[in-house]
Amino acid sequence: MKTSSSQALLRLLQAHFGKLWLLVVYLFLYGPLLFLILFSFNSTRQDAVFTGFSTRWYEALLNDSRLVGGFFLSLKVAVITGTLSTILGTFAAFVLVRYQRFRGRSLFSGLVSAPLVMPEVIIGLSLLLLMVAVQHAIGWPERGATTIVLGHTLLGMAYATVVVAARLREMDRTIEEAAMDLGCRPLQVFFLVTLPNILPSLVAAWMLTFTLSFDDVVISEFLSGPGVTTLPQVIFGYARRGVNPSIYAAATILILTVSTGIIAYSILTMRAQRRRERDAQAAVLAEIRSVEENVGTA
Amino acid sequence: MNQHDSHPSGFLLTENLVKRFDDVVAVDDVSISIQKGEIFALLGSSGCGKSTLLRILAGFEKPTAGRVLLNGLDIASFPPYERPINMMFQSYALFPHLNIWDNVAFGLKREGMPPAQIKTRVEEMLELVQLTAYAKRKPHQLSGGQQQRVALARSLAKKPQLLLLDEPLGALDKKLRQRTQFELVHIIESVGVTVVMVTHDQEEAMTMASRIAVMSHGRVLQVGTPQEIYECPTNRFVADFIGNINLFDGQLSVDEHDRSEITIDQGVVHIDHGIGGSIGMPLTIAVRPEKIYISKTRPNVNVNLFSGKVREIGYFGSYSSFIVEMQDGRTVVVTEPNGSRLENIDITWDDRVFFWWDEADPVVLTH
Ligand SMILES: Nc1ncnc2c1ncn2[C@@H]1O[C@H](COP(=O)(O)OP(=O)(O)OP(=O)(O)O)[C@@H](O)[C@H]1O
Ligand SMILES: [Mg+2]
Repeated sequence: MKTSSSQALLRLLQAHFGKLWLLVVYLFLYGPLLFLILFSFNSTRQDAVFTGFSTRWYEALLNDSRLVGGFFLSLKVAVITGTLSTILGTFAAFVLVRYQRFRGRSLFSGLVSAPLVMPEVIIGLSLLLLMVAVQHAIGWPERGATTIVLGHTLLGMAYATVVVAARLREMDRTIEEAAMDLGCRPLQVFFLVTLPNILPSLVAAWMLTFTLSFDDVVISEFLSGPGVTTLPQVIFGYARRGVNPSIYAAATILILTVSTGIIAYSILTMRAQRRRERDAQAAVLAEIRSVEENVGTA
Repeated sequence: MNQHDSHPSGFLLTENLVKRFDDVVAVDDVSISIQKGEIFALLGSSGCGKSTLLRILAGFEKPTAGRVLLNGLDIASFPPYERPINMMFQSYALFPHLNIWDNVAFGLKREGMPPAQIKTRVEEMLELVQLTAYAKRKPHQLSGGQQQRVALARSLAKKPQLLLLDEPLGALDKKLRQRTQFELVHIIESVGVTVVMVTHDQEEAMTMASRIAVMSHGRVLQVGTPQEIYECPTNRFVADFIGNINLFDGQLSVDEHDRSEITIDQGVVHIDHGIGGSIGMPLTIAVRPEKIYISKTRPNVNVNLFSGKVREIGYFGSYSSFIVEMQDGRTVVVTEPNGSRLENIDITWDDRVFFWWDEADPVVLTH
């Protein structure tokens, strides 16, 4: 009896080993997050026991001016960072893709993507040194939101450049020549033809850099000033002094914001990808139809 | 000599045009003259500089030296958007984010035409290329042939003084290409625009163009009507490039004012006109395969008569092609229309045959 049941279990394991393994991996990845979200709805301060559902920590959150302030600061910083990074990244991508031959091109392209692989601690530390020196010299910038935005933009620009350059590289350049041939001045060419054709990549770059900025803690930690703390920083500070379920609530909100950004980004790129595939298919079908028509008339 | 066209004043003139890319000379001292209303083809193999020449006309490339005159005005320094010239791109370059109607209207909007006029003009253009029903579609929803017509409509919408076509039919399959050739010429002629087109397809150039410039390595080797280029090539490259041809190297041995003889390895070729050269000078004889007669029995002629063995026979429906090997191993291509000379029907592999041509038919090339 016992042997047969253990054999059955073994068989079951063998049959579903792949799925089981996947489950373990996902649990490892998302278990902590689920745990955190669950306990943000706990009715008591208990850490280990779920005592009942309540939204009291979310209410507490609303009354915690540091958390609320941190959230809005993070939002503001992320929006500005996303916008600045996308604009600067687009310029950099243009230079990289369009000006194939200028002195120091490979150095420039290396430098643009260096922040992608540089340890954030180093970026934060070196920026701090620079900002302090600059402030000492010209009295600006005061450490705070401005310096955080500058730091995040440095990193964000590198990401935005990669995203926009990829799209720019695959764009057919002759349509720009066609526009010029039909009477467009260079600036009109950019706004009427180039921009509409790379727009999806700009949106993707914006969302990516927004997300990056919104959950960054390392660079913010180096560059924030007294009394200026982003949401991740506030959470970090609370956690160091002992956990409190309202941090769980704050973290849940953070997770929600970031994953919304990531999901929107993936949907957007996926949709663009699918549209490209569909278009290619439609064109091939149209081609076949027209050939058939011709064979028919011939 | 052949570089220069016989018309000194044309609608479009290029004067000693040169374009250098680093160490490559893409366009080398090109002077051509194009008349109003002409369809002028630049013909040459890949990399000979025809696209570069077209792009200089469009304004996308600045010539290293030389002038481009349109109606007497030097436009070499004008940017593309200030030239009364429009181009149809090889890849069509339709705007993927705009529908067909907006693609055609694009150039008109840029010149600030009132909306009502734009509407009539676009409708007129779509009518011309028979795509009225497709106005709301995006370019990728059309077949290659339809996209090509949209590109044509878009480049004609602004009523350019000069229309440039870069490999206009290059992206279409063979069947569609032949039909579209005539359609395209028909549309161009109904609009009455002057056209410069680029092609590497000699058949396309022959059927569409009123005159052809044959290019090689950035130079224009010969300019002429399709018939002139085919019947009277002025140099070896052109003779060899256009259609099939048999070339024999030899020396001038007799040169009188109404006849001449040229000694080639296989014998003597008689020509019915003088060359005006010096005895012994090296020359090349070019004879088209269809100008050569072939027979199993000895014909009643005694000049320009040769013999050999049939090595290959190709059947092409309306004509057959024979490859005949002469005694010394030299091969000659002869084509015969099928069904015209009954005695040739039974020529087969390894037959010993005679072949000959008239004294008027060979072309004598001096270089
Ligand atoms: N932008 C450029 N930079 C450097 N070299 C170039 C450039 N454009 C063309 N060339 C060179 O100039 C020569 C002529 O090029 P072009 O494109 O005019 O040839 P083409 O006759 O149009 O050939 P194809 O039939 O292949 O299109 C080639 O050797 C090419 O490599
Ligand atoms: Mg070309």
